[in-house]
Amino acid sequence: MPDFVSTRRDVLKTGGALLVTFTLAATACSALAQSSARNKTVASDQVDAFLSIDADGQVTVYSGKVDLGTGLRTALTQIAAEELDVPLDQVNLIQGDTALTPDQGPTWGSLSIQNGGMQIRKAAATARKALAEMAAQRLGVSAAGLRIEDGSIKAGDRSISYAELVGGSTFSLKVDKDAPVKDPALYAIAGKSVPRVDIPPKATGHFTYMQDFRVPGMLHGRVVRPLAIGAKLENVDGSSVNDVPGFVKVVREGNFLGVVATTEWGAIQAARKLKATWSKWEGLPERTHLWEHVRATRVNSDEISSNVGNSANALSDAPKRISATYDFAIHTHGSLGPSCAVVEIIEGKITCWSASQAPHRLRNQLAAMMAIPLDNVRCLYIEGSGCYGRNGHEDAAGDAALLSRAVGGRPVRVQWMRADEHGWDPKGPPILVDLRAGLDRAGQVVAWESESFVPEDGLKPVPLVAATLAGLPSATEPPLQYVRAKFQNVFAENSAIPYTLANVKTVAHLLAETLFRPSWIRSPGRLQSTFANECFMDELAASVEADPLEFRLAHLDDARGIELLQRLTTLAKWQNRPSPQKGGGGIAQGRGISYVKYELGRTYVGAVAEVEVDRRTGEISVQRFFVVHDCGQIINPDGVKNQIEGNIIQTVSRTLKEEILFDRSAVTSLHWATYPILTFPEVPDVIIELIDRPNERPWGAGEPAATIVPSAISNAVFDALGVRLRSVPFTPVKVLAAIEGH
Amino acid sequence: MPTSVSLDVNGRAVTIEVDDPGMPLLYALRDNLELKGPRFGCGLGQCGTCAVLLDGEPVLSCETPLTKAANKKVVTLEGLGSPEQPSPVQQAFIDEQAAQCGYCLNGMIIQATALLAKTKNPSIPQIKKALADNLCRCGTHLRIIRAVQRAARNA
Ligand code: FES
Ligand code: FES
Repeated sequence: MPDFVSTRRDVLKTGGALLVTFTLAATACSALAQSSARNKTVASDQVDAFLSIDADGQVTVYSGKVDLGTGLRTALTQIAAEELDVPLDQVNLIQGDTALTPDQGPTWGSLSIQNGGMQIRKAAATARKALAEMAAQRLGVSAAGLRIEDGSIKAGDRSISYAELVGGSTFSLKVDKDAPVKDPALYAIAGKSVPRVDIPPKATGHFTYMQDFRVPGMLHGRVVRPLAIGAKLENVDGSSVNDVPGFVKVVREGNFLGVVATTEWGAIQAARKLKATWSKWEGLPERTHLWEHVRATRVNSDEISSNVGNSANALSDAPKRISATYDFAIHTHGSLGPSCAVVEIIEGKITCWSASQAPHRLRNQLAAMMAIPLDNVRCLYIEGSGCYGRNGHEDAAGDAALLSRAVGGRPVRVQWMRADEHGWDPKGPPILVDLRAGLDRAGQVVAWESESFVPEDGLKPVPLVAATLAGLPSATEPPLQYVRAKFQNVFAENSAIPYTLANVKTVAHLLAETLFRPSWIRSPGRLQSTFANECFMDELAASVEADPLEFRLAHLDDARGIELLQRLTTLAKWQNRPSPQKGGGGIAQGRGISYVKYELGRTYVGAVAEVEVDRRTGEISVQRFFVVHDCGQIINPDGVKNQIEGNIIQTVSRTLKEEILFDRSAVTSLHWATYPILTFPEVPDVIIELIDRPNERPWGAGEPAATIVPSAISNAVFDALGVRLRSVPFTPVKVLAAIEGH
Repeated sequence: MPTSVSLDVNGRAVTIEVDDPGMPLLYALRDNLELKGPRFGCGLGQCGTCAVLLDGEPVLSCETPLTKAANKKVVTLEGLGSPEQPSPVQQAFIDEQAAQCGYCLNGMIIQATALLAKTKNPSIPQIKKALADNLCRCGTHLRIIRAVQRAARNA
């Protein structure tokens, strides 16, 4: 049973560098014990950066993309095993270790298979080609006459294994972009619902999550955050915790405050008892005036995401004009297990274990904060509780680094408490979208304009809380390779629409500031944009009494999109009629559709939501979601379904219930009672149809299905009641207000 | 003053020395005994990830003082089965691939085990009700429900 977790039990001293081997993963041990591991390259143009084959023929894949609880480990293993023609159990995977794995960028944006997996596929294809050439030479035959099976290359009845060819040494080859990849028609492992390797240990308490990770001599730390976000630490009474058993130290650096103890309970008690006074700070706007505040925030620049024809003229000429404003609340990631990290510092070298989605970025940030050369920082990924974007893990690592430094570099584990997580993880920012459209007499949309108000920060690393509080730097400039060609700002994605119209202009106003540290939570920007666009499309359909699905088809010029919507019509047994439907009763029923082409360039998703709304209480119950999903080539169908189910259910939760509460000083919804999420009795059924296209490139599935949820629900509520919900979350209070105002 | 508390954990008699007898059972299991099944999620009794069976009944170990477990039988996720020999409920979760991150699984499997001990063939609403206080952030609910149904069928 692989343990998946690297520890320091066996430390190879090689030229002063620390190399870490693996405890229970015997296979990985042997891979790493090879000389190649000592100076292992992480340069992403090298095959050796991604792959090694040991003397027993065991393949090790090195992935810079990490499994955030999505099943990525299994999928990447399938890709490598398929391309190399070795059985699955002959492939081990090491992920997110800045000393061993290439920097493939953060695990974000639904790119882990699409980009990360394809880099691994190319490296494996290059390796396979090289192995075949070596075998041809050794066997004295032409490469064309060889067969490859189970890690062996065969010519007639003679064969030579990968282990015999390269076992234990390196390939020393550049990844060849033109190396032939396997014909998908021959796939035996990729494209199959291979069971996930991590579920048996997870179901039996044998899996080591980040929160379980321990190193010898480890101390426990807890942070004590300011009572107000911008408050100054005025006074700390260290004597208030002297009698806490196991207490080691109070650590204060600027406004950063924490405690260290020998036991976890000691650290918790000390953090609770520590007496500190903070200055008053009331820099947040009134929550009741949040949207006025957003609208009034200074705009730094505009990003035009689409501009076709002349929308201003077309709009003023249109016989029918409609406008609306949509808003989407501030959300927390709300990982079920709060963030956790362990840091130790030996002879000026930092080792950091965390569940960060971006170990390479974290390494930059820790080096900057601690004023240590980058080469002296190593970050290792250990899977934590589900991660849906840049949450608090990096911050816990920053906290642990400052605490470790204060106790002479001894390893310190920082486990955030629930209030630290809800209160201090970076937030999905508040987003506001204004839309205007014009229709002609035939009911066709002739003009579309939108303006979204989004934070500017885009793709830059989120500053570490510890660095900000302590007044230290934390490397906020994006490393060059992450800057996208298309948009600088992720929050502007999908503000352009997937429909073909004569006159369109969509603009994102990039705001100079936002309330809390903004970050990307499962489909940042695309979620909010798709909510606004797909609800507004429904408004337009309703204004001309058109069937909303047919109305979309009438504006769509995209063969894959059209096929998807047609299949959705069948799957959901869609009845052609306009919304709202007539009918009364205390419990109103409705259906709503939504469609997205992710970033207008990849994964297609279409969905129909069926809801029941209680007119008396304003409660929405989402009964079921029908989803058709096309992400090109599918690596693991059950894995994709699992991601879709998760996207739908999590986003139903966000749509119906979630909203960060705050006063003028800080977040006030600090636990699950004040930030409720969807529970079992409220969960809808999810019926999925996957469109598999083995000969296309694979696209992401980790986020796209989230984007269609709020609009599908809003459109279903309109179908049920004839009222339009334009503000997430759709709480009963808002539903009742909408009914009343109708 | 350090206190000793004796209890039975997964069939093994253990004695735990603590400075604070009010310390929740969760920390004794995770830190003193290095168990990984019971998990810290909120420490407030709101999420269910820390559940264990105490004399056969599911309790939240984050709000159960260690002293309350004195001389009682505690069963954790590890006590139900192992990767090689999972319990029927654990096997059903594996068969249904009922996990994304899996952080909530401890609470889900402990609650489901307790439910099935009392209710042989629970309906879907009964399953949902039994798990209503257990949060899952990844949205694995449907698979978890299917896993409980499968475990009931296989029992
Ligand atoms: S950790 Fe015990 S209920 Fe959340
Ligand atoms: S599977 Fe991640 S919290 Fe349930």
